[in-house]
Amino acid sequence: MNALTGAYVPGDSFLHRMPTGAKLAVLAVCCTGLILLPSVWAMAGAAVVVVLLYAVARVGAAAAWAQVRPVLWFVAALFVIQLVLAGPSAAVLVTSRIVLAVALAGLVTLTTRTSAMMATLERALRPARRVGLDPFRLSLLLSLTIRSIPVIAALATRVREAQRARGVEWSMRAFAVPLVVGALRHADALGEALSARGLDD
Amino acid sequence: MIELADVRVRLGEREVLRGVSATLAERRIGVIGANGSGKSTLARLFNGLALPTTGTVTVLGHDTRRQAAKIRRRVGFLFTDPDAQIVMPTVAEDVAFSLRRHKLPAEEVRDRVAAVLERHGLAGHADHPAHQLSGGQKQLLALCSVLVLEPEILIMDEPTTLLDLRHSRLVAEHLRVLPQQVVVVTHDLSLLADFDRVLVLDDGRVVADAPPDEAIGHYRGLMA
Repeated sequence: MNALTGAYVPGDSFLHRMPTGAKLAVLAVCCTGLILLPSVWAMAGAAVVVVLLYAVARVGAAAAWAQVRPVLWFVAALFVIQLVLAGPSAAVLVTSRIVLAVALAGLVTLTTRTSAMMATLERALRPARRVGLDPFRLSLLLSLTIRSIPVIAALATRVREAQRARGVEWSMRAFAVPLVVGALRHADALGEALSARGLDD
Repeated sequence: MIELADVRVRLGEREVLRGVSATLAERRIGVIGANGSGKSTLARLFNGLALPTTGTVTVLGHDTRRQAAKIRRRVGFLFTDPDAQIVMPTVAEDVAFSLRRHKLPAEEVRDRVAAVLERHGLAGHADHPAHQLSGGQKQLLALCSVLVLEPEILIMDEPTTLLDLRHSRLVAEHLRVLPQQVVVVTHDLSLLADFDRVLVLDDGRVVADAPPDEAIGHYRGLMA
């Protein structure tokens, strides 16, 4: 959950202080670099660099693990497929690329406040004004999506508990209907709260 | 100052408010009544979130029907459920978010956010994820996000309904020291003890408008 909810870890490392735009540009360059690395040894070197970057950022092992954990099952399946189709060296290369790219993207998340990410996104989306889109609203959409994840997860837990309390172990309909109704009610309330904060001017 | 002149609100077939007239100038005003009596609709009229079907609502000299956006910049609103008001992932970011459209220098935003969090006991939580706060802390965060805009009037719609006794008291203590005019819709009668004036709503009408003891007595009579 933390990986999805903007798990900014406060700190004062050079990664925390680096401008968000620069961080995203370096991330893009590094991910491209990972694709171009030709050997397992080069990939091992890249892995050492990523570990060092996490150490410099001082975000903690738990936060680092939370970034890559969600993709591990996918990576494991991919490793098996690559092993069968292309051999052990290719399997290690392909899966390492994915894990390292996710870890680097996670590091950007861990060292960047959502508000800084929104401001950068807003600047990057300025050209969208020409086609009638408001960059502020687009970046707000990103923030609301992140913020809504724990709220909807809590709602899903409440719906499941209510089901169990009434003796229903599993029913898709009994789960989905109150969840969707609850999510729509939350959206209504959130819209009203945004209006009250003067964000519909 | 809030003025209502023969306000009626109809939602579909149902008339939620039936001819409410009042001038609200006191510093602390409570609104009580049974569920469905029209309290929340009345509160929403005060900053233009709801509009009267007939009659007029004037807030700080502005008609809510024509100048709702202007009014919302001067009238803060605190809802029952803090989760529906918190927009950003961390505490300080959510408070700062309220100031975004004011285009203030980053340093001033930082100072104002730090000051309001300090005043309401959340300074130590500035970088914490908002969803990990307790219910009471979330409501205080929602309050900070409203107060950082320095509204002249604060409307609160059942701010303690979802809170336990300790957190209700905490919110009540913070409410007591606010310099603004505050209008509170509530079922928590203890919150109103030192208020200046309490309105009792029943079926869309103001049936009592008096100091707390008298108004609460009338309300208890209605509920008996």
